[in-house]
Amino acid sequence: MRNYDIVIVGGGPAGLAAAVSARQSGIESIIILERDKELGGILNQCIHNGFGLHTFKEELTGPEYADRFIAQVRELKIEYKLNTMVLDIGQDKTVTAMNREDGMFEIQAKAVILAMGCRERPRGALNIPGYRPAGIYSAGTAQRLVNMEGYMPGREVVILGSGDIGLIMARRMTLEGAKVKVVAELMPYSGGLKRNIVQCLDDYGIPLKLSHTVVDITGKERVEGVTLAQVDEKNKPIPGTEEFYSCDTLLLSVGLIPENEISRGMGVTINPVTSGPKVNESLETNLEGVFACGNVLHVHDLVDFVSEEASAAGRNAAAYVKGTSVADAAPEAEICLNPTAGVRYTVPSTIRRARMEDNLTVRFRVGGVYKNCFVSVYFDDERVIHRKRQVLAPGEMEEVKLTKEQLLQYPKLEQITFKIEEE
Amino acid sequence: MYDVIIIGAGVCGAAVARELSRYQAKICVLEKEEDVCCGTSKANSAIVHAGYDAVTGSLKAKLNVRGNERMGELAKELDFPFERNGSLVLCLNEADMPNLQALYDRGVANGVRELRILNREEVLEMEPNVTENVYAALYAPTAGIVCPFGLNIALAENAYANGVEFYFDTEVTEIHKSEEGYVLQTDKGSFETKYVVNAAGVYADRFHNMVSEKKIHITARRGDYCLLDKEAGNHVHKTIFALPGKLGKGILVTPTVHGNLLVGPTAVDVEDKEGINTTAEGLAQVFEKAGMSVRNIPTRQVITSFAGLRAHEDGDDFIIGEAEDAPGFIDCAGIESPGIASCPAIGEMAAELIRDKMGLAEKTDFIADRQGIKNPNTLSMEERNALIKENPAYGNIICRCEMVTEGEIIDAIRRPLGAKSLDGVKRRTRAGMGRCQSGFCAPRTMEILARECDMSMFDITKSGGDSKLVVGTNKDTV
Amino acid sequence: MEVRNLICINCPMGCPLTVEMDGDEVVNVSGNTCKRGDTYGRKEVTNPTRIVTSTVKVTGGEADMVSVKTKQDIPKGKIFECVKALKDVEVQAPVHIGDVIVSDVAGTGVDIIATRNVLK
Repeated sequence: MRNYDIVIVGGGPAGLAAAVSARQSGIESIIILERDKELGGILNQCIHNGFGLHTFKEELTGPEYADRFIAQVRELKIEYKLNTMVLDIGQDKTVTAMNREDGMFEIQAKAVILAMGCRERPRGALNIPGYRPAGIYSAGTAQRLVNMEGYMPGREVVILGSGDIGLIMARRMTLEGAKVKVVAELMPYSGGLKRNIVQCLDDYGIPLKLSHTVVDITGKERVEGVTLAQVDEKNKPIPGTEEFYSCDTLLLSVGLIPENEISRGMGVTINPVTSGPKVNESLETNLEGVFACGNVLHVHDLVDFVSEEASAAGRNAAAYVKGTSVADAAPEAEICLNPTAGVRYTVPSTIRRARMEDNLTVRFRVGGVYKNCFVSVYFDDERVIHRKRQVLAPGEMEEVKLTKEQLLQYPKLEQITFKIEEE
Repeated sequence: MYDVIIIGAGVCGAAVARELSRYQAKICVLEKEEDVCCGTSKANSAIVHAGYDAVTGSLKAKLNVRGNERMGELAKELDFPFERNGSLVLCLNEADMPNLQALYDRGVANGVRELRILNREEVLEMEPNVTENVYAALYAPTAGIVCPFGLNIALAENAYANGVEFYFDTEVTEIHKSEEGYVLQTDKGSFETKYVVNAAGVYADRFHNMVSEKKIHITARRGDYCLLDKEAGNHVHKTIFALPGKLGKGILVTPTVHGNLLVGPTAVDVEDKEGINTTAEGLAQVFEKAGMSVRNIPTRQVITSFAGLRAHEDGDDFIIGEAEDAPGFIDCAGIESPGIASCPAIGEMAAELIRDKMGLAEKTDFIADRQGIKNPNTLSMEERNALIKENPAYGNIICRCEMVTEGEIIDAIRRPLGAKSLDGVKRRTRAGMGRCQSGFCAPRTMEILARECDMSMFDITKSGGDSKLVVGTNKDTV
Repeated sequence: MEVRNLICINCPMGCPLTVEMDGDEVVNVSGNTCKRGDTYGRKEVTNPTRIVTSTVKVTGGEADMVSVKTKQDIPKGKIFECVKALKDVEVQAPVHIGDVIVSDVAGTGVDIIATRNVLK
């Protein structure tokens, strides 16, 4: 069995940033295990631009953004294994992995950083009725085929779901010669970024039908068409609103789910709202020395925030390995973060003041569209943050920064409540 | 000139082919689809019923009980997944107890062993997620679950190993009586044979009626199903039925042999014999009715839904035997539930009938055993490493949800009657059958298929025919 | 006086902009929260531009396609012409990020550059 201080599961943006920051925090013995044939993860197929505005102050494409981190990983001589699947992690942080050259092997880690990313929800998750012909792809699968392999999955396309991948693929398919007939969205608002609605749909005259869903798929061998219908407030299709679209392809962009099968297997507690691990201020799960970051923790919109979060996870894992986080920590009660009134969840879920860094970013999402409202944070019963926002939407991750200094002023603090308030 | 031609490579056709391959005869199977297991056999409950449902004395009753008995041994011989997990038929109130008792009595009369009636407490102890409204249940420990693809493929591969020829993408269009037997017209030319076995599923009436004046009529009875993530696979351990109604056994909730949870089917008679589209009403009904038997089914964990067609004959029983006015034409028709459970016995019965009529002699070199695709997940680390050393493809995971390696996919493609499509690979290896439903592995499996079959990516299909997966290259129409 | 309604794309705020125009002249931009909204509004109605990203074929490399982009933004009206110009382009591996794949694409004066590395 080989030993490493830190094993990072996944070499996408989260894993790369975590590795770099762990090394910069003084950990020599690090290995990244990546299941694909190259580092960079999903960024490799996200060839559109718009990445890196926060991190590098310039607009990069996905592969370029990934390359910045890959270059650092190489420069810092961080070890990694490609085409390597992690099969299982024990509670004792024994990582079992496999590849063609090494076969099945075990690594004993002092700390583990989970950075496996997420997967797309399939058709079944929406229980869309109809036939099951060829031509139904999740948007990400189509993205891989087109952007990395150069194959067109179809000529006439209907897209269900206006998340960013769906919007981006509407533009990509159009530019590569397909006709995108419509993008349908179940919710009354789009889950994607404004910029993508403007530059991926409006620019090409692709209609966006809000409060619409697919109610039938026809075609026995290859998709021949789909039927859209409007939905009511309960997301039930309204009879009489059906409209048939002839097409050979249906792309689904109906949500992402963190891939936590390995985490669950090792006993990590999962937050049912995010489908990601519950973590504390150090992005550490309920298992000591097991950290999570990026889309495996909660699905992000912007990779810049993945990198930022993963850097924190890397620093914290380094501190854990060096024992500094434990040494500094006087036993104390955890402060609970309590998402209510419009706030669906927070990452982290708990804070131990003694172990927190000077600044802590709390990230969260709201459950609906809110206009001219306030993001409020209560320390127990006292409102300490009250920030006016013109608009809040579920598709856009929010953040609140807390400082250690601020929290130390409330020695008896038990709970921090996050709310969306009208006044 | 063939001795026997079997129409249809579903479980029945394959079972007959396998049993007939014990004898010295020239046999072939004609299948209109690109692979075995493409019709009713691929979309059903995959239950090996115990045998208490069918009317005592019916073929359904007799062959179900016999098939159930044979299944364990067959699974060992042919190496496919089968498990006797037991079944419960729930009775929700005292007033229905006579019906439950009648089911028990019928089971005993049919020869089903180990049947017991459990009281409410016993049921809830056995299956805590069963509805609290349960009053009693009929417990059948001999009932089981099987991989229907595994069963079908194993039977066909073994038949092939014993000399049976298979023609795919070959649709029988006409059947004519000839001096020595029959001539079958297909879209790939004509085939002459002494005997015909009609194992054409929902189309069996069409072929029967081509040669016989004693008409039969098969209705395609559609059933919608939902398949849930393996995380929900332990919600129940036994197959849970409601007391049967008129159109079938109602909605069941069962673990699958691979550890998913399966809920369904509905029952709707349809005109179109290819009408395997699910409907919103059907899918809604699945959970509505299942909820009456089992509590808190995690409906958010659905990974796919599908529909299958049962071949329901007006006489409500299997039709197995020589058509009265068409000597040499052997029907295996009207095979609906408990068809999967019965298929080993159907194969036996039809094969023995033909053996006796034709006076076929047994082969001395019949191969009874078949080795399935190696599943590395069942091996120890040492065994697995030995395998990877010998063939590194076993170290390369392609389907991350089901942990299927490239080695397994290559085996599925290269073995006799191998996979030619994405669905063919899926049914043989489970690649693409997991929670992401092939989102990640489809492009990679397509590449392996293209490489192994020396095909262009443009010719790779989901399931044969026109089910092409990619239609061109970037900018080719710009 | 012509009024154009836009959504600002500079940040997730997505401010609804109202741009008032007199002929080709922008008279006023309102609805923006910051200066970037004003700049975007003015530019989008007078000279809208986009970065175009796409792929071209690559031979002899570890991958069959290499992703590319316009080095700077190009006029929005030139997008399809730009894509068309990439249709039959085939490059030899190795390709590195930043390598010029097509210079002065579609007469825009802007180069198409590689956005990923494809080694031999």
